[in-house]
Amino acid sequence: MYTTDLRTAEEKAKAAKDEIKVAEEGMAEFQARIDRDEFIEPKDWMPEGYRKTLIRQMSQHAHSEIVGMHPEGNWVTRAPTLKRKLILIAKIQDEAGHGLYLYSAAETLGVSREELVRQLHAGEAKYSTIFNYPTMNWADVGAVGWLVDGAAITNQIPLCRCSYGPYARAMTRVCKEESFHQRQGYEALLEMMKGTDEQKKMVQDAFDRLFWPALMMFGPPDSDSAHSSQNMAWKIKRFSNDELRQRFVDATIPQAEFLGLKIPEQIKWNEETGHYDFGELDWDEFWDVVKGNGISNDDRMNARNEALEDGAWVREAAAAYAEKQRAKSKAA
Amino acid sequence: MQNDWDLYEVFIRSKRGLSHKHVGSVHAADGRMAIENARDLYTRRSEGESIWVIPAKEIVASDPAEGDALFGPAQDKVYRHPTFYDIPKEVGKM
Repeated sequence: MYTTDLRTAEEKAKAAKDEIKVAEEGMAEFQARIDRDEFIEPKDWMPEGYRKTLIRQMSQHAHSEIVGMHPEGNWVTRAPTLKRKLILIAKIQDEAGHGLYLYSAAETLGVSREELVRQLHAGEAKYSTIFNYPTMNWADVGAVGWLVDGAAITNQIPLCRCSYGPYARAMTRVCKEESFHQRQGYEALLEMMKGTDEQKKMVQDAFDRLFWPALMMFGPPDSDSAHSSQNMAWKIKRFSNDELRQRFVDATIPQAEFLGLKIPEQIKWNEETGHYDFGELDWDEFWDVVKGNGISNDDRMNARNEALEDGAWVREAAAAYAEKQRAKSKAA
Repeated sequence: MQNDWDLYEVFIRSKRGLSHKHVGSVHAADGRMAIENARDLYTRRSEGESIWVIPAKEIVASDPAEGDALFGPAQDKVYRHPTFYDIPKEVGKM
């Protein structure tokens, strides 16, 4: 490495050409494996772009699970009955677990959880825009389960067949649990819709506020999605943002009707296409939230940073204790 | 952030499972905490009845580039399979 390169210019040029050839062959072989629907595993060769994209997507997915505990956690102490409170706690525990599965899966790509968490706290990594909306009333908790977890499932089911093995396996576990969340959320709203006028009004209000942000969870429109086509070719993504969004709208509107909710006027059944038309979303709002200017962005990040800083001494204590135990067992 | 702790790989034998199966990993300060975290994380829905955790750095994995050399022979050595051998019917089940 430190010696003078004694090769002739010709030899050097040939070596450089060989290197490019090897990289091209590697890329072709990699794409062939993807096309054969093989899973890519941690120790397999992969293009740097594939690794980077996956780290970005998986870590942001993990961050979303962690930050997503806050809007719901907001209602734990105020849940209206003990049963609903227990369900909510169990759900939030699941979200923590999903974060951990996803960080583990991301770590197989050679990045540490510590570094990923640092990126989140430094504002370098994003998390789902939806968690920057506040939970204003108890019905919001049900609506988050039904709409937000519902949108998440729509997104995540195709990810169970994502080309990267550890991600696909993590998503399989996550999807099983998310289904509980979505159903419990919907059931909570059904219950409220059987209740007083005031309860019904709360559900309608939650739906009106959270439906559009839930649609934005699928990401920017296909015409404006930076990573889309390469991610589809690599089978990290199986369907485009707009396809998944449409699928979610088609599934959700009948559920909203069953609840007895008033559907926004711009949503119309289209006999010809067999889908619901729902018009344009407010993409300015979306990008504003992505950039950190949503309603609750600051609250969420402050809460995360506070937990990290205030918990530092506990983590140090645990590490010191583990070290002491190790020393003791060595001495014995 | 300090003290992110070690990564432990988690193996669980399910209620009717014959062997431990890799299910994922957890971070923990020591083995005991790893078991506790794994219990909370991977067996919330009674998925198992035995947990093994092992520091990820203790695991040595095979190299995919050597996959052919390592795993190839099984396929072209059919004589290793019991079905390769024809036994007359009269002999009965063997």
